[in-house]
Amino acid sequence: MKTRSWLVAASVADLLFLYLPIAILFVFSFNASKLSARWQGFSLEWYAKLFTDQALLAATVNSLIVATVSTVLAGVLGVLTAVALERQPFRWQGAFEGLLLMPIVIPEIMMGVAMLLFFVMIKLPLSLLTMIIAHTIFNFPVVALIVRARLRKLDPRLEEAARDLGATPWVAFKRVTLPLLMPGIVGALLMAFTLSLDDFIISFFTAGVGSTTLPIKVYGMLKSAVTPEVNALSAILVLVSMALVAAATWVQRK
Amino acid sequence: MDEASTDASIVMREVTKRHGDTLAVDRLSLTIRKGEFFAILGPSGSGKTTTLRLLAGFEQPDAGEIIIEGQPMQGVPPNRRPVNLVFQNYALFPHMTVAQNVAFGLEMKGLQAAEIGPRVAEALEMVRLAGKQDRLPSQLSGGEQQRVALARALVNHPAVLLLDEPLGALDKQLRLEMEVELKALQERVGITFVCVTHDQEEALTMSDRLAVMHHGRLLQVGTPEEIYTAPASAFVASFIGVSNSLPGRVQAIEGQRATVAVEGIGLVHAPACTGLRAGTPVLVTIRPERLHLSRDPATDGYQNQIAVRVAKAIYSGNEMHYLVTLPNNLTWKARVPNADGTAKRFHAGESAYLKWRTTEAVLLPE
Repeated sequence: MKTRSWLVAASVADLLFLYLPIAILFVFSFNASKLSARWQGFSLEWYAKLFTDQALLAATVNSLIVATVSTVLAGVLGVLTAVALERQPFRWQGAFEGLLLMPIVIPEIMMGVAMLLFFVMIKLPLSLLTMIIAHTIFNFPVVALIVRARLRKLDPRLEEAARDLGATPWVAFKRVTLPLLMPGIVGALLMAFTLSLDDFIISFFTAGVGSTTLPIKVYGMLKSAVTPEVNALSAILVLVSMALVAAATWVQRK
Repeated sequence: MDEASTDASIVMREVTKRHGDTLAVDRLSLTIRKGEFFAILGPSGSGKTTTLRLLAGFEQPDAGEIIIEGQPMQGVPPNRRPVNLVFQNYALFPHMTVAQNVAFGLEMKGLQAAEIGPRVAEALEMVRLAGKQDRLPSQLSGGEQQRVALARALVNHPAVLLLDEPLGALDKQLRLEMEVELKALQERVGITFVCVTHDQEEALTMSDRLAVMHHGRLLQVGTPEEIYTAPASAFVASFIGVSNSLPGRVQAIEGQRATVAVEGIGLVHAPACTGLRAGTPVLVTIRPERLHLSRDPATDGYQNQIAVRVAKAIYSGNEMHYLVTLPNNLTWKARVPNADGTAKRFHAGESAYLKWRTTEAVLLPE
């Protein structure tokens, strides 16, 4: 009993450490004072300012474009990879799986630098396109892993039953496997979307002029000072991300 | 020509299938007639499920030929074979209702909704599931799920229905009911049923003919009665429920009767089988329910008698199951009806006489 309450206390302390700074950021985003350190009453001024800031709106649009396109591309590649790994054993599959995990393990800054050098080498100008390619690359293993976990729990005999009842391999996949896989796929896409939306390091290296995304914009604003405006923007980003991850978890539980 | 005559539903010729280093199916040749209930009986790993999957088209033979309804099946995918399979755990589509499950095969055939509806209703009626068409499989009992699986296959009017351990997931009471129901259903629809099972009672009860498989090979094919009364090998005999055997050598043959010398026991008699000569090593086998146990050494009509010691007595409702130790230290099983009351029961450690009639024994070449 004693040990258990001790463990609970440790967990609570952990969570406090994690969320207290975020909570403070959140509270001060409503601070009427221009200097963040002191509380001078409630205000929505900074949020209102956000929505009139043209540069910020442009960054939001960029972020949404990159996140949406890279999520769709990573979704298609990831689902195909998951099906191949689980249903079509092939030579060197072990090596392939190891390599697939690499983008998740390699330090992000290495990935960023490597991609920057690669794009320069092949003379592809940095733009939204290079960022989309980079985001697709780090997102597709995430989709593949989540969808594969779901696929592994599916009885392969269901697809055989469809084949036995006259379905071609493609129809059997479309009518039986895909619908049963859907919660996993939707969850994986939400996760990929969130990762793309939140990414700073890889975006920083692969973004071109005029393709600034929200996290890059926040970083740029911080260079001058921690303004309440930054607090407000960060608060929105945190809330959206948490909502997306919660949705991803909820969908997958079905 | 030969077995590919018009009354053959399935012909397998020298079919071989390897799984890695093991021979799952070893040069299997078999003819299954149109409209018969054919059971393939064997322990797990005997190759019976692989045989079924070869027929369904989920696996391709490494050698040999499979002909279904006169058509060679070489390279024909599962979706284009005139067979349907009832899977062991039914493999019902969990995201579709009962009606959608049953309609799936007809949709694949490209039938119109106006035609699918009545046929689905008819199939559900046949398996007594009318009224449950809008349920999901997870809302049905095991027995109901099994009937959905049957309807989903039969609605397509296949030439052959393949069943993989169809009653394996049901409890005992339901299994007995379904044995009767399946057999009745097969007679009603009149198509060929090929049923794979490891349960000898199930195979004997339901089938018109059955095959016994072991280590990928076909050991014996025949009617339930032929297999039960005249098992062709020691394995068939033990698998079909004859667990008692005595190794010996033929000493003499007089007409229908062979006398066998068994070391440590003496002479026993059994009906002669073909190919016997004096000196041939044989197994004398006898089913546990054909043995009599008595405290009286008088032979009273039984031609064979051995003095034994009761090693274990197990009460099993209407029967007593005894394990008895023979003078040569072999252990036999005997099943004796309990109708005679408790006075005649034996207890562990008691001496007794084990008796049987010569005609009840079966002689197998070793």
